[in-house]
Amino acid sequence: MDFLRPASWEEALAAKAEHPTAVPIAGGTDVMVEINFDHRRPEYLLDLNRVGDLYEWEVGEDSVRLGASVPYTTIMERLRAELPGLALASHTVASPQIRNRGGVGGNLGTASPAGDAHPALLAAGAEVEVESVRGSRRIPIDAFYTGVKRNALAADELIKYVHIDKADGPQQFSKVGTRNAMVIAVCAFGLALHPSTRTVRTGIGSAAPTPVRAKAAEEFLNAALEEGGFWDNGKIITPSVAKQFAELCSGACNPIDDVRGTASYRRHAVGVMARRTLTWAWESYRGTAARSEGAA
Amino acid sequence: MRVNFTVNGRPQEADDVWEGESLLYVLRERLGLPGSKNACEQGECGSCTVRLDGVPVCSCLVAAGQVEGRDVVTVEGLAEHARQRSCGDAHGTALDEARGRQAQGTDSQTGEGTELAPIQQAFIDAGAVQCGFCTPGLLVAADEMLERNPDPTDADIREALSGNLCRCTGYEKIMDAVRLAAARQQEAV
Amino acid sequence: MPTNGAPTKITQGSRTKGGIGESTLRPDGTLKVTGEFAYSSDMWHEDMLWGQILRSTVAHAEIVSIDTSEALRTPGVYAVMTYDDLPTDVRNYGLEIQDTPVLAHGKVRHHGEPVAIVAADHPETARRAAAKIRVEYRELPVITDEASATAPDAILVHEDRTDHHIGHVPHPNIVHRQPIIRGDASEAAKRADVVVRGEYYFGMQDQAFLGPESGLAVPEEDGGVHLYIATQWLHSDLRQIAPVLGLPEEKVRMTLAGVGGAFGGREDLSMQIHACLLALRTGKPVKIVYNRFESFFGHVHRHPARLFYEHGATRDGKLTHVKCRIVLDGGAYASASPAVVGNASSLGIGPYKVDDVEIEAIALYTNNPPCGAMRGFGAVQACFAYEAQMDKVARELGMDPVEFRQLNAMEQGTLMPTGQPVDSPAPVAELLRRVKAMPLPPERQWESSEGADVRQLPGGLSNTTHGEGVVRGIGYAVGIKNVGFSEGFDDYSTAKVRMEVVGGEPVATVHTAMAEVGQGGVTVHAQIARTELGVAQVTIHPADTQVGSAGSTSASRQTYVTGGAVRNSCELVREKVLDIGRRKFGTYHPAWATAELLLEGGKVVTDGGEVLADLVDVLEDEAVEVEAEWRHRPTVPFDLRTGQGNGHVQYSFAAHRAVVEVDTELGLVKVIELACAQDVGKALNPLSVVGQIQGGTLQGMGIAVMEEIMVDPRTAKVRNPSFTDYLLPTILDTPIMPVDVLELADDHAPYGLRGVGEAPTLSSTPAVLAAIRAATGLELNRTPVRPEHLTGQA
Repeated sequence: MDFLRPASWEEALAAKAEHPTAVPIAGGTDVMVEINFDHRRPEYLLDLNRVGDLYEWEVGEDSVRLGASVPYTTIMERLRAELPGLALASHTVASPQIRNRGGVGGNLGTASPAGDAHPALLAAGAEVEVESVRGSRRIPIDAFYTGVKRNALAADELIKYVHIDKADGPQQFSKVGTRNAMVIAVCAFGLALHPSTRTVRTGIGSAAPTPVRAKAAEEFLNAALEEGGFWDNGKIITPSVAKQFAELCSGACNPIDDVRGTASYRRHAVGVMARRTLTWAWESYRGTAARSEGAA
Repeated sequence: MRVNFTVNGRPQEADDVWEGESLLYVLRERLGLPGSKNACEQGECGSCTVRLDGVPVCSCLVAAGQVEGRDVVTVEGLAEHARQRSCGDAHGTALDEARGRQAQGTDSQTGEGTELAPIQQAFIDAGAVQCGFCTPGLLVAADEMLERNPDPTDADIREALSGNLCRCTGYEKIMDAVRLAAARQQEAV
Repeated sequence: MPTNGAPTKITQGSRTKGGIGESTLRPDGTLKVTGEFAYSSDMWHEDMLWGQILRSTVAHAEIVSIDTSEALRTPGVYAVMTYDDLPTDVRNYGLEIQDTPVLAHGKVRHHGEPVAIVAADHPETARRAAAKIRVEYRELPVITDEASATAPDAILVHEDRTDHHIGHVPHPNIVHRQPIIRGDASEAAKRADVVVRGEYYFGMQDQAFLGPESGLAVPEEDGGVHLYIATQWLHSDLRQIAPVLGLPEEKVRMTLAGVGGAFGGREDLSMQIHACLLALRTGKPVKIVYNRFESFFGHVHRHPARLFYEHGATRDGKLTHVKCRIVLDGGAYASASPAVVGNASSLGIGPYKVDDVEIEAIALYTNNPPCGAMRGFGAVQACFAYEAQMDKVARELGMDPVEFRQLNAMEQGTLMPTGQPVDSPAPVAELLRRVKAMPLPPERQWESSEGADVRQLPGGLSNTTHGEGVVRGIGYAVGIKNVGFSEGFDDYSTAKVRMEVVGGEPVATVHTAMAEVGQGGVTVHAQIARTELGVAQVTIHPADTQVGSAGSTSASRQTYVTGGAVRNSCELVREKVLDIGRRKFGTYHPAWATAELLLEGGKVVTDGGEVLADLVDVLEDEAVEVEAEWRHRPTVPFDLRTGQGNGHVQYSFAAHRAVVEVDTELGLVKVIELACAQDVGKALNPLSVVGQIQGGTLQGMGIAVMEEIMVDPRTAKVRNPSFTDYLLPTILDTPIMPVDVLELADDHAPYGLRGVGEAPTLSSTPAVLAAIRAATGLELNRTPVRPEHLTGQA
């Protein structure tokens, strides 16, 4: 095993080009466990801790450019207003110690369906900026996950930033685990209201081979909200709409039975979380709408 | 490979490090600092918690090569770390002073005469130590929390320590210990 | 040299403060908080090698061949050993039945069984070399439950059994069977107004001590070996290790290294023999440290169990009879299964007065992971089931579940199903009364001015509910556990106590082989010595095999038995010291001859408080030392047909009230409070007693809602051997745990004390289950219950 220690982004890209099998390591949450337990013996480890760009973030007009290694703790504490869904998801990642070192780049690189950031990224709308010595490109989050623990990265590419739309409305994230902290998701659900486009987006974790959106549910809800004039009148969403949305979210799952839970429980729980997160987000939207009306 | 970094204020060099070794292994097996514990080596138990550039991390999840040039505080350095904090001395101890304390000596077998950080004393006084295997990691995590949040609620304490498993105590005495340390810290101010 | 340290000094004030009944602090506390305490995995020696074990990847197979040649050629490898390299004909070990191969011989019987061992200069070299050993298996069908174990054509897990149970078991795949028959349950059933039947399943729990199995074996010049080891019983290890090495016991020296928890999981050997074999083979010190994955295969677990119960009661709430059948899965090797069967059967109906009982308990041999000792030892599984039954009967009768229990609670004088009278206080009804009388935690404690604090709700930080679907439930349970080794076992401890003047002060040294595993025995020994010998300073000598056996740190027995031995040796030392005093000073004061004399505050005093002499002057440069064995009163084996016999030494009782909040839609549980009342006879160290009760309580909660080793029934392979998927409660899962300690002396025991450690683990689980049933209205016949069980999605 060789340990590559690039001091800059350019050096990191060059190293990855020279050794495409090199395994990037930043927070170490996944890679070190595999090494400690003898599940993996990569030829090269590519340490990204010294690449400063990956630890920076920039809040722009419409979106946040989030360095791949910005720790979850920082996202929770510093980006709660701009990225509320991701901040909630970050708070459920493992333990304080791991949140202090792990970042979204690790979740994306591993592309496990259980990664906590995925549902929030899917719901918010994000693009993953990847780069190699050949150049850089932005992959829409919907096209990023290509299979079980597989993503759209080429062998010589590294994840640099994630561009996430700034929240234009309430966002929620919910995750089921068998204990109250430090737990891998049995399943998870992210939801974002986008009042500017009058759309709702979703993300489901751990209930299909890859993180997925519940597109049929989104389409149904978008239509129902439009039809009922909900975005304008700020009424409470009718229980039947919430129920059907929940059922469609369950239907978007394609889960398995494993040691963490049964497939049928995952489907059930995603439905419950979908209904609850929609209710919370919508309540918050109504509250905000009421307040801004009052101010006007 | 060779790794140079600072542990508890002292420069350290580890040689012939296998690239897959963790910071935990280097501390325990190469630097003679076995205080950080190897209970799970998968980031689930927090027994190996150390501060890396001030931040609590699981040292089992840090590749040895990643600590090159960085600063680590382990349970062995916790008392000194706390002392410097209480002196408002962020930049380490004057060398003479450090030597002076060293010369006083402690009986490493009995621990008599050992200077303890307030959180360490509180763990003893509150009965928060049974087998003690989780204790070093909990101490590092709890000490850092009290540094950030000197007046924590019970829910704050539980959240901050949710990455540290204990199998003996049922955590109640650990809660007592952290409350005790916080109260003593406030009295001292 | 790696040792766990020279003697630990404990200094107290000038009077004999720090005696029994005080919450003195741990003598090893400072070392443990500074990181200096040397645990077994911290051992280090110049030039040491690292040992690695190759384990079977299948559960049941014949070994066709093992090829170690490539592993041996690996640079840095010093030795590779298989069954064929074992030095003597003794190639098995075991606590009671020597059925466990040191290394697999021709066959593997469970997933993760040791097949070969390697020593190399770096752990990674050893791992790589072990991976190069080629083992060819011919797989056999797996035996995983009672049906497959006792089927007419079942493969025998052990073909040529010669142990002393084979004569009375109905099938060779049954390790041991214990029936207990008293009265006539079928006849009594006719008097019952209600009869309630239930079938229950108790999942496989892991001790999950945090300090992994580890130790260091150092070859010695005399051809022997010195093992620094974390264990629960040095002498039991020694008895099993020495014959395999072909060494007399005196050439195998054992020193207790720091033990990172045990809970029963270190009663059997793990890496002890392997490290010694490699050290003797290579002539170099060898260290072995399991990682967490290996630890799940490296020790026995708590027996999973199927339990079938029938309870009958009259309309006025008196139990008429109990019938039960308890099937424990012992896995591939016997370990402590026979004794677990003895406990499950004899304690199988709980702390209740029932004259007509019919009990049967068996342990199976299967290809599942071996199971043995864990805190609560057979009594835990039964308690889960009989307490569920008690709630069901109460419901059928329309009675309050606590009142129903109190109405049937045993008392001093009650006969056990074994016919043994309970001859010390049995405050079962009182414990229930106390736990019920505690104030309840406030409702909706998670509400705050800023909305719901999710950390206090089911689901915690995962933000699954802000109060939706959350229902509170309350449940009660009580249990009975035996203390000490039962059924005729010669359960003794040895203590060596020395008194001398050091630096102008009288000092006592206590030397035992007791394994301090975190329970605080070392604290209590010092307290006993202060109380008995009136000295301020007590030195606790490191535990090793240079002194006689202290028995096991298990069965809640150490304070009772080794504590009793320390007291006994102290008394013998005191007599000798007084003899010296009489010789030197007897003529100066008549009280030397006539009064009851005590040692107090460093002085010889009369029971009237008159000081006769300073201990310093009595002893001068003389040292007084006594090493003596001490036993509790004897027990007898249970009759193999009727189960009758005075098999137990002492009983210990605890009751719990659980308050839970369940998100009934998602099936997530937050245990809000687990209140406990326990009778401890006499709290020698109240702080430690409460710590034991809270720790045991939480382990009981773990098996109620999250902890379970999952074994694939098709392959008998373990599916979740890691802390990622074997979940232990975190501090955020932990309820508040108020404790009410009752002290009703047992006159048969030293100071009237009662073993403390296990009882709280029993009733905690059924109390939580009862509370979840109350919140959900579900039947819940298995533990742990996971979200899928609470939502009908299992």
